[in-house]
Amino acid sequence: MIECQNITKVYKNKATELEVLKGVSFKIADGEFVAIMGPSGSGKSTLMHLLGALDTATSGSYFLDGEEIAALSDDELAEVRKKKIGFVFQSFNLLPRATVLRNVSLPLVYTEVSKNQREQTARQALKLVGLEESHFHHLSNQLSGGQMQRVAIARALVNNPRMILADEPTGNLDTKTGEVVLHTFAELSRQGRTIILITHEAEVARHAQRIIHIRDGQITLDERIK
Amino acid sequence: MRTRDLIEETYFALSINKVRSVLTILGIVIGIASVIALIAIGQGAQNSIESNIESIGSNLILIMPGFPRGVGTQVSTGRGGAQTLTQADAEAIEQQASLIKAVAPENSQRYQITYRGSNTNTQVVGTIPAYSTVRNVQVQTGSFITEAQVRSAAKVAVLGPTTKEDLFGTDTSPLGQTIKINRIEFKVIGVTQSKGGSGFSNQDDMIFVPLTTVQRFLAGDNHLTSISLEVKDQQSMAVAQEQVTGLLLQRHNISNVLEADFNVLNQSDIVATASSVTNTFTILLASIAGISLLVGGIGIMNMMLTTVTERTREIGLRKAIGGKGREISLQFLAESIMLTFLGGIFGIIIGWILALGVGKFASIATKISLLSIVLAFCVSAAIGVIFGYYPARRAAKLNPIEALRYE
Repeated sequence: MIECQNITKVYKNKATELEVLKGVSFKIADGEFVAIMGPSGSGKSTLMHLLGALDTATSGSYFLDGEEIAALSDDELAEVRKKKIGFVFQSFNLLPRATVLRNVSLPLVYTEVSKNQREQTARQALKLVGLEESHFHHLSNQLSGGQMQRVAIARALVNNPRMILADEPTGNLDTKTGEVVLHTFAELSRQGRTIILITHEAEVARHAQRIIHIRDGQITLDERIK
Repeated sequence: MRTRDLIEETYFALSINKVRSVLTILGIVIGIASVIALIAIGQGAQNSIESNIESIGSNLILIMPGFPRGVGTQVSTGRGGAQTLTQADAEAIEQQASLIKAVAPENSQRYQITYRGSNTNTQVVGTIPAYSTVRNVQVQTGSFITEAQVRSAAKVAVLGPTTKEDLFGTDTSPLGQTIKINRIEFKVIGVTQSKGGSGFSNQDDMIFVPLTTVQRFLAGDNHLTSISLEVKDQQSMAVAQEQVTGLLLQRHNISNVLEADFNVLNQSDIVATASSVTNTFTILLASIAGISLLVGGIGIMNMMLTTVTERTREIGLRKAIGGKGREISLQFLAESIMLTFLGGIFGIIIGWILALGVGKFASIATKISLLSIVLAFCVSAAIGVIFGYYPARRAAKLNPIEALRYE
């Protein structure tokens, strides 16, 4: 489902060139729960941006669902993100002063789905991540960190994407609520969703089925743990 | 993205910062309101001046002696003015100019008028019965000057309503009373109807007496201070004006029009002159109001730029979840248009109220034109587009990765 072939990414400044990814190749099958792990500066964030179709590689090719991403325009990339990818961020990125339901149904605003159906889909997604119905009409900034991140996960699910990309989803949470969020991912994985988890913590990566270790822009180890 | 969703998102975004939105709108509200109110005042002034001029009479041509002196000629050709028009000129026009329906020669001058204790200084118009039709003067009580009174040079007077009030007050009937014009006794035989005296000369502050009486007892000669002509119809005005000019040039033995010792004024010329003055006045007022509208627009742009910066992360998120650049810019453009749109609506309402208030309490005629409302509306929407475009572009161009990282 995901296939990366010899991907490089070079950031060019006026004077300097910075090669962040130096030829990365791997495949991820449908339904896998993969952690991409590496210290900061290893290039894992850059890899996430490429996998999330937020950016395109300098060279190499990235196939998502058999579609070559490198050749797409900005609008086409947006279309890919809308249909195939759900994002979960470290800092949640919820709209403050908007209700939970509104936050979760936000991605559907950019589709032609009717308002009623949007709300229904949002409710289903929120049930999947285990948020109590009593919170649905709360404003997002009234929730706890763990609740916020689960709302963010529900938002990532609402488009029914092929994969969920989570960038340090527990980075702003304490260990206990972090565990809850990671269990949510594990549960979603059991339901057959593809999940890619980017993290620098081995503790977090341990929850995945497979860990891709990355360091200095190269894959150092690709291990299956479950 | 559906249009309904766009509107809803826009409403939501604006309602989060209610105070800021309202304050930003205020600039547009003030701008639009002042445009509407000031145009209404300008238009009202124009209308009242035009109707004032039209109340002088319809299809009117005025002949004045001497040189052109603009609209105020009527007043300044009294004593010392050229004495080139005679009764014979008026008679010749009546007999020879085919397009002229009626001729009203007049000799007017200001005199001191007294009635018992009260006295006033006003315009005494010596004329003939035709004057009432030519100059559209209607009698309220009593009667106007008759042919017989002109023939006999009777010492009778018809008062304008303002003059009547000055001399007799509001309650006393002046009919049959005797007033003194320049120490000569005149019997009051009528009072004219009010024409709404304002504008450049008060049509209500006048006394009408037979022309022959003025010539014999007051002025002491046969010259005329003006001749009023009523043309058969509107279409013949220009031709009639040429006809009369030609006739008078011939009678005065003048070959060059530029050396004419008289001045022929067409009523529509007077209207046009007055209109151009009030037009300039309206444009001046509107442009002052326009400046405040511009300032309001810049306020909108300022707020939108702040909003885009503040919501950088939101923009990043919207892009990450599949919002296209066009959709993002449309959203921000919609916000600024909604702001100016609301500002426009409130501005029109307030401007309208303001114009009505000025009309009512300051007794300045105002006229709210549909055109100015439509214009104000379009301008406010256009301001939304113009001043919202740049911030919206900026939002659309943000790189999603950097926007998501923005602190």
